[in-house]
Amino acid sequence: MTLQLILAISAALFGIGLIAVLSRRHAVFVLIGVEFMLAAANLNFVAFWRYGTPDQHATGVMFAVFSIAIAAAEAAVGLALVMAVYKHYRTTQMDRINHLKG
Amino acid sequence: MITVAFLAAAVLMLSAALAASLHRNLLHAALLAAIGFAGVAVLFLTLGAEFVGLVQVLVYVGAIAVLLVFTILLTRREEGGLVIKGPAVRPSGVLSGFAVMVGLVWVVLRSPELAAKKANDSALTVKMAGEALMRDYPWPLLTVGLILTAALIGALVLVMEDKRS
Repeated sequence: MTLQLILAISAALFGIGLIAVLSRRHAVFVLIGVEFMLAAANLNFVAFWRYGTPDQHATGVMFAVFSIAIAAAEAAVGLALVMAVYKHYRTTQMDRINHLKG
Repeated sequence: MITVAFLAAAVLMLSAALAASLHRNLLHAALLAAIGFAGVAVLFLTLGAEFVGLVQVLVYVGAIAVLLVFTILLTRREEGGLVIKGPAVRPSGVLSGFAVMVGLVWVVLRSPELAAKKANDSALTVKMAGEALMRDYPWPLLTVGLILTAALIGALVLVMEDKRS
């Protein structure tokens, strides 16, 4: 278990999240992709905390905890937005919500 | 032992995440995403960050997975229902995302100094995490509380029924 392996895994998770963001039509799954990308970033924070120089403030872990909290807020607002858009347009397909298109 | 658990959790997490990104049945995909989040929590635990792992389980597997399932079930009354008919994903998006993934992993694997780094044995118990939060990071903690409150109120306002119209 090396830092390289962990970073490769988190890069793969980031890529999978990006695949979901770019390829899914359903808005909820675009959000899930964003959550995967955030989880990959948290994995990097924890990995660098584990493999970097030890510090008594545990900065990497604390950053990951705060990042998870922000991600929770983002998911709640994002899912509420999906519900609001669904009430208005009766669809959750991203390519059909195009009223602002020029 | 830890390495075996780490590798198993990593394989499970990556395959669940990939399946969640491509699956045709929306409900199955959401539950696969929950498995992926749980796999990330196992990775945190095997890395020694118990507090982050437990927070990940509570927030993602506990709360966000339930929110995702609720949202999917409340918005399913469109054509096709829960199972997508026709193409589930855009092939161009899959291709470009896969290209970014291969590029990132290739760059990481090409950096030999990353493999030479040694893990330190700094432990972080929940007690130490609590002390660090209260002593070293009081203002970020309060700000996160404020942000969560604002997000909660904002989410409520967004889905509120407009009684005037």
